[in-house]
Amino acid sequence: MNPRRRKLLLSVIFIVAGMGIATALALKAFQANLLYFYSPMQVAAGEAPTARPFRIGGLVVEGSVSRNPESLAVKFTLTDTLEEINVTYDGILPDLFREGQGIVANGQLLPDGTFDAFEVLAKHDENYMPPEVADALAKAGVKLPDSSHYTPP
Amino acid sequence: MFEYFYKYGSPRHFYDLSKMFVPWLGGICLILLIAGLTGGLFFAPPDYQQGESFRIIYVHVPSAWMSLFIYVVMASAGAISLVWKVKVADALARASAPLGASFTFLALATGSLWGKPMWGTWWVWDARLTSELILLFLYLGYMALQTAIDDRRTAARAGAILSLVGVVNIPIIHYSVEWWHTLHQGPTITKLDAPSIHPSMLVPLLIMAFAFMFYYAAVVLLRARYEILENERNSAWVYELTEQRKG
Repeated sequence: MNPRRRKLLLSVIFIVAGMGIATALALKAFQANLLYFYSPMQVAAGEAPTARPFRIGGLVVEGSVSRNPESLAVKFTLTDTLEEINVTYDGILPDLFREGQGIVANGQLLPDGTFDAFEVLAKHDENYMPPEVADALAKAGVKLPDSSHYTPP
Repeated sequence: MFEYFYKYGSPRHFYDLSKMFVPWLGGICLILLIAGLTGGLFFAPPDYQQGESFRIIYVHVPSAWMSLFIYVVMASAGAISLVWKVKVADALARASAPLGASFTFLALATGSLWGKPMWGTWWVWDARLTSELILLFLYLGYMALQTAIDDRRTAARAGAILSLVGVVNIPIIHYSVEWWHTLHQGPTITKLDAPSIHPSMLVPLLIMAFAFMFYYAAVVLLRARYEILENERNSAWVYELTEQRKG
């Protein structure tokens, strides 16, 4: 390899490695801001902000959803299996919202410890399967989010 | 070995050779596309949670994979062109950018259409979506740079450096769902464990991924051929070629 090419190759490696290190340091510094949501445990530990809205993510506890029949108001409990937090929300829930499902709520922590959400987003997991397979798994005792929402035609 | 490489890597040989490949690649792409789409839209069962809406995966996931793959091709071609001054690499990088941008846009648009009914929102600023948007801007920036600089060799060099600077974004996009809490789900297939998708849904998806790959291969060669004609417009062989065509 002639010296000129070696020099060029080294500068290419330098660009890529330099950018890699710079970005890694920048991302490390912004780590906290890159978290899209806090978990109930982080909230319990006092890591979440109290003065401004933030997002909280977790699983909807089975049997915890109670709707007000008069309005769109809904109450449910979120868990990360370690800590639980009660959430209140008034609005339309996404298609994938159901008990056992992972969701992300945006809102504010009230002084009494409940979370008042103004937005609720469903977080889909990475599992894809036909309804029959889900039924078979459920019969075999595998824990899956409630699939009653979708009924095949 | 290098002599062989330089001979067949010369613009002229590439121009002749690529002509043979394009129809084959295009034909295979068409067959795979028909197979993948019928498999995905008619034979694959609905998802246990998302119902029929999950079928957007057959466009969304292959587009997203291609958006990353094409960027890696573009940056590697950029590095080869910077260090070894291979002219064909310049043409391939330049031809790749609009294709990569299109696939990135397709991944973002289909994701957004799916996100509204499933998540409850068109867009969120989580790490996966934001880094993919940055990828779109990198492609657009590369294309803008190519049109802004008149001298094609300078443009190729500037573009190569830009694409190398942006390559750091690729692992960020891929690992964003593992490194940070994101609304976007984790990887279903590109992980060390077994894929968490039923084989009846996975097979059409893989066929679609190959279809997109062949589409890219066919179109990038076609585009690179035009880039080469444009780059070499003052060379003797292009002159001969145009004289021959004139008859």
